[in-house]
Amino acid sequence: MYDVKVRGSLIEGNKSYHQISEDISKPVESRAPNWWFIAMSISTVMLIAGIWAGFVTISQGIGTWGLNNSVAWGWGIINFVWWIGIGHAGTAFSIFLLILRQKWRTSINRAAEAMTVFAVISAGIFPMIHMGRIWLAFYIMPYPNSRGPLWVNFNSPLFWDVVAISTYLMASATFWYVGMIPDFATIRDRAKKTGNVVREFVYDLLSFGWDGSTRTWLRFETLAAILGGLTAPLVISVHSIVSMDFATSIMPGWHTTIFPPYFVIGAIFSGFGMVLTLMIIIRKLYKFQDYVTKGHLDAIGRILTFISLIMATAYITEIFIAWYSGSEYEFFTFFKNRITGDYYWAFYAMFICNAVIPQLFWIKKIRSNITIVFIISIFINIGMWFERYVIVITSLSKDYLPSAWADYSPTFVEVMLYVGTIGLFLVGVLGFFKFIPMFASSEIKGILKPTTDSND
Amino acid sequence: MKKYWRSLSELKGNLKVESEPEFSITGIPEDEVKGTGKTNRRDFLKLLGFGVGYATLAASCETPVNKAIPYLIKPDDITPGIANYYASTFFDGNDYCSILVKTREGRPIKLEGNELSGLTQGGTSARVQASVLNLYDSARFLPDYRFDNADLIVGFNADFLGNWISPIEFTKQYSKKRKLDKSNPGMSKHVQFESTMTLTGSNADYRIPIKPSDEGALLVELYNNIAAKAGKETLSGGKAIVNIDSLADELWAKKGKSLVVCGTNNSNNQYLVNAINQLLENYGKTVDINSPLLHKLSNDSEVKAIVDEMNAGKVSAMFFYNVNPAYNYPETSKFVEGIKKVALTVSFASTKDETSKLCKYILPDNNYLESWGDAEPKTGLYSLVQPTIQKLFDTRQAQDGLLKWIGADKGYYSYLQNYWETEIYPKQNTLTDFNSFWNKSLHDGVFETTNGLSIFEFNFEGIADAAKNVKNTGSGLELVIYENIGIGNGTYANNPWLQELPDPVSKVCWDNYLAVSYNYANEKGLELGDLVNVNGKFELPVLIQPGQADETVAIAMGYGRTNAGLAADNVGQNAFTLINNTGKNKSYAISDVKIEKVVGNHKLALTQEYHTMHGRDLIRETTLDEYVKNPSAGNEAHLHAEEHSVTLYPKPEFKGHHWGLAIDLNACTGCSACVIACQAENNVPVIGRDEVINRRIMHWMRIDRYYSEHAENPDVLYMPIMCQHCDNAPCENVCPVAATPHSDEGLNQMAYNRCIGTRYCMNNCPYRVRRFNWYQFTNNEKYSFTDDINLSKMVLNPDVLVRTRGVVEKCTLCVQRIQEGKLNAKKENRLLRDGEIKPACLQSCAADAIIFGDLNDKESNIAKAYDNERNYHLLEELHTLPSVGYFTKVKNKTKDDFIA
Repeated sequence: MYDVKVRGSLIEGNKSYHQISEDISKPVESRAPNWWFIAMSISTVMLIAGIWAGFVTISQGIGTWGLNNSVAWGWGIINFVWWIGIGHAGTAFSIFLLILRQKWRTSINRAAEAMTVFAVISAGIFPMIHMGRIWLAFYIMPYPNSRGPLWVNFNSPLFWDVVAISTYLMASATFWYVGMIPDFATIRDRAKKTGNVVREFVYDLLSFGWDGSTRTWLRFETLAAILGGLTAPLVISVHSIVSMDFATSIMPGWHTTIFPPYFVIGAIFSGFGMVLTLMIIIRKLYKFQDYVTKGHLDAIGRILTFISLIMATAYITEIFIAWYSGSEYEFFTFFKNRITGDYYWAFYAMFICNAVIPQLFWIKKIRSNITIVFIISIFINIGMWFERYVIVITSLSKDYLPSAWADYSPTFVEVMLYVGTIGLFLVGVLGFFKFIPMFASSEIKGILKPTTDSND
Repeated sequence: MKKYWRSLSELKGNLKVESEPEFSITGIPEDEVKGTGKTNRRDFLKLLGFGVGYATLAASCETPVNKAIPYLIKPDDITPGIANYYASTFFDGNDYCSILVKTREGRPIKLEGNELSGLTQGGTSARVQASVLNLYDSARFLPDYRFDNADLIVGFNADFLGNWISPIEFTKQYSKKRKLDKSNPGMSKHVQFESTMTLTGSNADYRIPIKPSDEGALLVELYNNIAAKAGKETLSGGKAIVNIDSLADELWAKKGKSLVVCGTNNSNNQYLVNAINQLLENYGKTVDINSPLLHKLSNDSEVKAIVDEMNAGKVSAMFFYNVNPAYNYPETSKFVEGIKKVALTVSFASTKDETSKLCKYILPDNNYLESWGDAEPKTGLYSLVQPTIQKLFDTRQAQDGLLKWIGADKGYYSYLQNYWETEIYPKQNTLTDFNSFWNKSLHDGVFETTNGLSIFEFNFEGIADAAKNVKNTGSGLELVIYENIGIGNGTYANNPWLQELPDPVSKVCWDNYLAVSYNYANEKGLELGDLVNVNGKFELPVLIQPGQADETVAIAMGYGRTNAGLAADNVGQNAFTLINNTGKNKSYAISDVKIEKVVGNHKLALTQEYHTMHGRDLIRETTLDEYVKNPSAGNEAHLHAEEHSVTLYPKPEFKGHHWGLAIDLNACTGCSACVIACQAENNVPVIGRDEVINRRIMHWMRIDRYYSEHAENPDVLYMPIMCQHCDNAPCENVCPVAATPHSDEGLNQMAYNRCIGTRYCMNNCPYRVRRFNWYQFTNNEKYSFTDDINLSKMVLNPDVLVRTRGVVEKCTLCVQRIQEGKLNAKKENRLLRDGEIKPACLQSCAADAIIFGDLNDKESNIAKAYDNERNYHLLEELHTLPSVGYFTKVKNKTKDDFIA
């Protein structure tokens, strides 16, 4: 009477194991398509623009940005938090879905992890370049020194940030790399057959001499499990700590205990949004529809619907507490400077993009229309950017003393820095398309056979 | 409940344009503002080398050396690292101030008020404070007033706290009567009639906006009212523009303890004011005729006559000393034409100006800090000027030049000494030889004699004529030309500190503007910064000035210089060109002004863009009668905060000193002298108009100004804000590198060397007092605003670090002065005395509004101040535990005031 098959086949097209190896290795082994070169050129130009902006910032000073005595953080921090949020997808996919035994993650986790690494690198640029004296950035590291020794301030959330983000970057990069080793070995072996010496040499190095023995596989899986277990808490910690940059301060709109869960959920939301964007592009351009099926997109859509509801709850809770707390400053920030006032447009952009539009995913027709799904995923990326904008700018620009209230708008240099990090991210992702197998072939092969046979 | 509006736009019901729209910047191009004139490092070294060489030469010859001691030969009393103070005098014909010049290694770096002067008693003003920077850059017969004896002060267009006659002296007296004592609660009441919102008007208990042309009729009306009570004849010509019956009643009730002053340049108006004071028996009590002030004794008609003669070719030689008619003579073109017909023209200007440009010879005068001189600002008060530095350039004091030309064999120093020996020395009998007298006077900087009582008889004969001739002929839109607190009449326009000092009322710097009333702006659809053409002469941006009388507009003088230097040239427009040259005393009120809106908007550099407290409990205020009933009136929230201050953490403890500061908001007039004093003391950089527009002003101290009640004529409140040195400082725990720790004496410190510039501390400071070095401001051509960057660096205080780009800075409570005071006490093996350490802001304050000291010393003034019922802390509900306290503002007014 009921259908036990909860999801359709995870990999479509009745692939054989060899077929999978062929499909996944093809982009690495063949010449990149024309669109790849065009995209790479554009991304590189964007990256160069960012390098120029970074040079201007470092050589002339933070004065080249639109910041002022009241709004001392601007696009730099907004973009930092935005990228960190996006960087949540990889680990969230790999670890959470692993723990939840969601097999469908195998088609997506590799790309998601790659995205994480490049997003976290992009994010890490901002707090660095944001410093007034970047050449003294090493002061932020706790190490024995001849200045006293003078230690860092362990009370400062910014120091926690440094620790959390560098740990996260290292852990997720390691996790990602370790997962790729068997695939590098596959490419090496295939190169050997075709006699491509250079490729064989490079991928041999990258694969650390993987021999495919049972013992190697056993160790590989043990290591993956350990790394997974170690990395899992980082998903929670990294964005909780980023949120504490705000939550431990006394600025109205920042000083709130809801921030750690709110930020973590928000980060996962934006990460999934970006994964969705990216996977739709990959499956379209590389014709990977058999691997990234509509079923995958449907699953992500369902998750996003749920997270979006949590986001809405968080927003409404914040607003309620601003009123309920009886603090005139909190009230002003939320009711006079966000819901109404100078920055209402940013607030509504945030609310509509994050809490309203994803609710369209309740409708199955929309979930299965790839174009609409793609557009909604873009809205989520935009909405999450505005969330950070609302938090950073509205709280700082009008806080306690009206005499010090000041408006903020970014300068060209700031915008170019953002463009530059997008360029960096895209260069990384495009490089990933070309030089690294986009799916974990061993894991895909493991789920090729349906786990549950259909009854009919 | 008092109505606090958020912005002018909100009052208009248009919330959306709350912040100013993004204007296109059509202002003066940057290179024009900053000019191109350069003196390079080589020139500076040449001049310096010459100066030092010349001084050495002069010192080694056996000629009498009456000059400042050159640094190369170390004299006994100059120790590197220890400041020397010399008494001198700041006097420029308008402002007088007795000062102590703080020199370090022979360089004057800071001016402090001289407490030995009975006139200014240690007070200073922003201009005095800033005048030290000028070193490093290339009226009428009036009685004296005693505001400290007056219980009721009525001002008519007299900005006596800002510009009128002797503002430092008057501020001193005025604030003395504005301070409150619980045991004897009472303060003066101040009623001000004026056209534009001046510093004085903004401090008044009652302020009545009037047109300049209404002043005469109002004075006659007031005279009549009082004359009726005194049994004198009344006059015709009075008009009750506002009902002043109750004011007259109150004046009459406070006979001998009231004071009426008028700032208008019209002898008839002044006559009436004097007559009113006479009827009120104020002479000898609040009006002191025994020691009249001698400021501003010039005569405008003589100037007009000489310009006519110049044009007629009757003048063959002209010498200019301390005047700049090519800039501020009303008919500049006539003067410029005239000077061409003069065969010999000589300027003694010490800095370049418009007149010297037209002269054939420029004989550069010394700066006053390089000169000998004296002044008699008030009968019986003699004040000496002495050089505190060797001449920086090849200049000669004008008086020396004149003496040489008449063939005198000795210089001005001997002449001056000789004069004092023959004229002033005999006026005393405590010292028996002249040398001791001279040395004592030089040390003190001032010498006062007691004048014999002069007999004064007021003559009422001309009063009827005066009443007929009072100025009441204004028509149409009336323009008031006023002096701005910073650059005054333009003499100080090339001082970048003063250019960047925000006007205390409008909070605009680096520009003058057309101040229009709230109603006028609504009627004509004018917004902030809209360009208008004034009388076809020039274009100015508009500023909507709450409190500006309807049918009047106002422009600050002193701007629009064309040949004064980098900071001054082409900033604003020259309002002197609008004055009608009638030949009589210049009138600064002009009728029938034509204002035409033109296309364009000029973004004004505002340091404060939101003008009300938004109903927040920032400046706590009450009225005198409430205060009498309950000394903590208006300050109820303080008790509440104290009671509800609950924390899990131990209370911060300070074993030794615990520094604290308190500001009496009732004494503070908002004059901003402290802002410049702080800038001079702490090497605070100037950043220029564009960066001020970017809201990056570097001042460690700012004066917040809030309006409340009616936009047409608001109440004005001032609040000086600097780092609050919180004992539970939000900035300290967020710094990742611990660059801003707390000292064990309660100071919030900045370790500039450690700061990496994350700016997290700035975000987390609810007082917004932290400043970031967005660019390299000091030692950078782009932000120097002086013609010679190396020279301008000489004013830097060697006790205070110059900050580099990328670090955060803020008020230190003048930690270098605290350290100096502690060391002095230690050397002398004694305890620190209360009041011995004076931060720069406190030292400069003419109103004595600031108290500083050790909170752990229960006998200190500061500890007592913290126990005062009026004391509270800004945003104390945040539990930041500030070490700066504020006293509630008390206005001497009742709810149902006597003037509608």
